[in-house]
Amino acid sequence: MSDTTLDKVRTIIAEQAMIDVAEVKPESTLSDLGVDSLGLVEIVFAIEEEFDVTVPFNANDPSASEFDISSVQAAVDGVEKLRADQA
Amino acid sequence: MSVRRIVVTGQGVVSALGLTADAHIEALRNGVCGISPIELIPTDNLTIGIAAEAKTFRAEDYFGRSEIALRDRVTQMATVAAKEAIAQSGIVFEGVLGERTATILGTSMGGQHTQDDNYRLVYGEGKTRVHPFLVPRLMANAPVSWVSMDHGLRGPAYSISTACASSNHAIGQAFHLIRSGGADAAVTGGAESGLTWGVLKGWEGLRVMSKTACRPFSKTRDGMVQGEGAAILVLEELEMAKARGANILGEIVGFGSSADAGDIVQPSLEGATRAMRSALSDGGVNPTEVAYVNAHGTATAMNDRTECAALRNVFGAHADALAVSSTKSAHGHCIGAAGALEMVATLSALQGILPPTIGYEEPDPDCDLNVVPNTAQQRAVSVAMSNSFAFGGLNAVVVVKRWQG
Repeated sequence: MSDTTLDKVRTIIAEQAMIDVAEVKPESTLSDLGVDSLGLVEIVFAIEEEFDVTVPFNANDPSASEFDISSVQAAVDGVEKLRADQA
Repeated sequence: MSVRRIVVTGQGVVSALGLTADAHIEALRNGVCGISPIELIPTDNLTIGIAAEAKTFRAEDYFGRSEIALRDRVTQMATVAAKEAIAQSGIVFEGVLGERTATILGTSMGGQHTQDDNYRLVYGEGKTRVHPFLVPRLMANAPVSWVSMDHGLRGPAYSISTACASSNHAIGQAFHLIRSGGADAAVTGGAESGLTWGVLKGWEGLRVMSKTACRPFSKTRDGMVQGEGAAILVLEELEMAKARGANILGEIVGFGSSADAGDIVQPSLEGATRAMRSALSDGGVNPTEVAYVNAHGTATAMNDRTECAALRNVFGAHADALAVSSTKSAHGHCIGAAGALEMVATLSALQGILPPTIGYEEPDPDCDLNVVPNTAQQRAVSVAMSNSFAFGGLNAVVVVKRWQG
């Protein structure tokens, strides 16, 4: 299941960053991948759609959000936590 | 100080008739009709089945995925037309000129595709979230903001929303702003893309739409047909345009506007008359100099009758010498973009070929003018006028002159 979440998140980020999914590594940060602030908002939206969760994300101050999206792996962990909380 | 003169040095168009200004003008002159059965959206439960859709305009041909995420179809059309107009003009907005260039566009409804798609999701399909860029996509000033951003236009910039007169008001404001010294150049015109289920349902409710065709001035006319598109013009102060050797498409000489302060939908003879007189007076033009009028000509029973009576008021006996056509018969009623698309038609008439009123079937004694029925006419035109009379009783008229160097 963990792999599935990682794969899905990597696919979402790759599509938004317009890069190959292989370039999206767990340790990559979104700025490494060239995602700007608008791209970040679109990624959060795509994650919500994909996993049917509500991501606590504040675009005014992303670093103050409860949802950690500092790296690909952090986002995956966050998604899994949200899904577990929901279950 | 002598009065500053303002000329048009570039134009760009997206419409049902074509994806460039030249294609649009060529189609107008050939009497091509851009109205056909609606294909781009589902028409279930709509009684209106026709419109002038820009069927060949595909976002993917012009924009990448991330640009499309931020640009509603109305912005896509505005920015494509602006790019063409600016390229044709050859103007370069660097340094101070960027700060001295205004961006003023007419649009009545803003990003209707974005609004309609998302209303459908939340109201229709019960979705609980919408795309994060819904607001920047649908806001009515998005087209003007993107045009300014794409080209570094940092002077006064705003959008005007006066329904069917929006882009004539925009062109008039841009003209007056340059004439008064508030700017040296302007990118102006308008865009509208409201061919969505929700908007068409709204027009259907008003019962002024034709189910068959747009036939302005014809006794058989039975209402208007909606269209979509954008037309953008580059306006410049004359001496600046001459100094850089720009190709001049025509001179804008007069702008007049008025409010009927009467009925929210019925046109007013008095208001229309006053707007035309005001535009002629603003341009120092004698009515007998005018040879061509691009009419508002929506093909509703009331508008066309009132507009013809207003033309008789303004022009007197000279009305019989005028050629008056409504190109809405070809490109549909593009609401906030109407005045700009019709200004492109009006400028084309200065070249001596008058675009026809197509779909014309039978004379109406209440519209007994030369309405250029069905086929283009050739005539030397030194002064032409373009009328827009909006719902809400807001009227805007622009007068242009042929440039003779």
